[in-house]
Amino acid sequence: MQLVFLLEQVVNGLVLGGYYLLIALGLSLIFSVGGVVNLAHGAFYALGAYGSLEIAKYFGFGAGVVLSPIAVAMLGILFERFLLRRFYAADPILSLLVTFGLAMVAEQSIRMIWGAAPLAASMPAGLKGPVIVGDFLFSRYRLLLLAIVAAVLVGVWLLLRRTSFGRVVRAGIQRPDMVAVLGIRLEPYMTAIVVLGVGMAAMAGAFFAPITIVHPAMGAEIITVAFVVVVIGGLGSFWGVVLAALLVGVVRGSTIHFLPAAGEASMYVLMFLVLMLRPRGLLGERIEKFE
Amino acid sequence: MTSTTRRSLVAGGAAAGGALALGIPSVVRGQSDKIRIGHLTPMTGFLGALGEYAVLGLRMAEEEINQAGGVMGRPLEVISEDSINPATAATKAQRMFERDGATVLMGEISSASALAIAQVAARNKKLFMSIGARSDTLRGKNCNRYTFHVDIPNTVMVNAVGKALLRDNMVKGKRFFSLTADYVFGHDLLRAAKTFFAANQGNLIGDELVATDVTDFSPYLLKIRQSRPDVVCSNLAGNQVTNLIKQYAEFGLPFPIVGFNLNTADAWAAGEGNLSGTWPTVWHHDLDTPGSKAFVAAFTKKHGKPPENHAWIEYVSLKIMAQAMNEAQATDTEKLIGFFEKGTEFDILKARKAWFRSWDHQLMQEAYPFSVKPKGQAKDKWDFLALGQAVPGPQESLEALAPTREENPCSM
Repeated sequence: MQLVFLLEQVVNGLVLGGYYLLIALGLSLIFSVGGVVNLAHGAFYALGAYGSLEIAKYFGFGAGVVLSPIAVAMLGILFERFLLRRFYAADPILSLLVTFGLAMVAEQSIRMIWGAAPLAASMPAGLKGPVIVGDFLFSRYRLLLLAIVAAVLVGVWLLLRRTSFGRVVRAGIQRPDMVAVLGIRLEPYMTAIVVLGVGMAAMAGAFFAPITIVHPAMGAEIITVAFVVVVIGGLGSFWGVVLAALLVGVVRGSTIHFLPAAGEASMYVLMFLVLMLRPRGLLGERIEKFE
Repeated sequence: MTSTTRRSLVAGGAAAGGALALGIPSVVRGQSDKIRIGHLTPMTGFLGALGEYAVLGLRMAEEEINQAGGVMGRPLEVISEDSINPATAATKAQRMFERDGATVLMGEISSASALAIAQVAARNKKLFMSIGARSDTLRGKNCNRYTFHVDIPNTVMVNAVGKALLRDNMVKGKRFFSLTADYVFGHDLLRAAKTFFAANQGNLIGDELVATDVTDFSPYLLKIRQSRPDVVCSNLAGNQVTNLIKQYAEFGLPFPIVGFNLNTADAWAAGEGNLSGTWPTVWHHDLDTPGSKAFVAAFTKKHGKPPENHAWIEYVSLKIMAQAMNEAQATDTEKLIGFFEKGTEFDILKARKAWFRSWDHQLMQEAYPFSVKPKGQAKDKWDFLALGQAVPGPQESLEALAPTREENPCSM
């Protein structure tokens, strides 16, 4: 029986991993392409959640989770064009500082616009409740979420691997100078990647709003986990991030099963171990321009 | 390259400047005849939502008192700051006494920070009115003669809900599984809950300590399901409660849920249709007394939303402090302590007046259990809680639910 319980935690951890994945993947993409660790990523997650609630007020839940990420992704254009772009070639510490500052400004702006009190958010009644498969219990909403994350994942993977857009982006990650020599301007590709990453974060925010508290500091809460996932997976690695997100979910779930008090510490211990044994992360690739 | 550096400097400076302008309250030194009140409360973190209401409530009282001529003809000046955590709270408390010349300190919601401030107050031999912290230990083992406690203690919250549970036959022989906030407040609340279960033949079959920054409760929900309790019981705090309620509804566990701590703002944030069960509160905005109604109307008019229990308690606390200074004709610490210890009654907008117990400095007042209104009965998004009858009942002593002298190890 004990084994079944553990297995249930492991499966739940996989679902939870999908939950981290949407945010971590964008963070990783933006880093690979621009060399910028976007500490403001959590702010877009928060904006996605707040935006979805505003839209849902008038047009319903479905419109909220679809339109809010699109609106926030449009903000991403401005973010890339006027801010991030200035820091691709600069000392990474500058982009860290500026995105950190932006995260604080965004959090405080949310507090000024919507107040410090959390906003109420609920999902349509039809999505609530459990799905029981054998001995296992799942949340119906999270299973739906998992399917959406999987679809997004496949979409992003196809985009990067099977399109000319993806070929330029991948070439740009490794050898931006060669891409330039071939007469291709990388800027529009950069913008597109940031829009994609920011949009995914906002999508995560919109979908998580009904199951987690919507408050100004929600972005700061999620960025740490996302960052840990990216570091464990290996900066710049697509499958590394996927693997790490699932791993963090599973490790956290199993730790809470055996040693609940260590639940939140477990992912940091995991990160510590990975960094000790494989400083580049689980599947981290060697990226020439960062060497 | 120079241009990048200059630009980044400007951008960084703008961001930093923005953060400074927004994040750090300005301390304006007023004329010397003002009575300065140092106010510390968490404005960020897992209790930040409650702190926002706390500030609004206290400020409203400050405004009203000053419009009515102040205290002993002198205006009040409140300096509010984010207490952040116990270490910062202690530093800020010391600074408010030393540098800002605060006459008294008020506020706090976190029991851990309140404990730190109480120690600073005792060291400085100055008064601290701990307004929103509920741990028994603050007015028990860790009590001191410079600290007064306004909010109901954990034991009262447990007993307020406990009475309703006993009435519904939900305690004797039932198996409880609890989730507890992993800091002084949660541990303290769990202790009070255990005492209650032991006295009424309830069985606590499991408890999990939950860190205050946990946002995903799914592994805990699975553990609860695996141990198949009769009742799930929440000893959580702040944002934790909201997340639990949301995810409990999401997973649709079949066990009834009750809790020994819930602030209205955390319930509001849970969203429609997610909350169920019986919970305690110290005050709710549909309380049917003329005083409460007037306060709610004024607050709602000013802020466009009804006051939360922390707004109410800060409001009445400053009124209590002003009344004490006016009637004792002093701001002197010893005189104020003497005045409070006399057992003077204060109108706190409830059916019965409240007074401080002299030996543990706890305000004796009514508490209420509440449950959730049936679907479709809520008038607006703030109106889904159904307030129960005040406890102790009208015929009982206000001390009926509070720890007795034998139970409470406070000695000053």
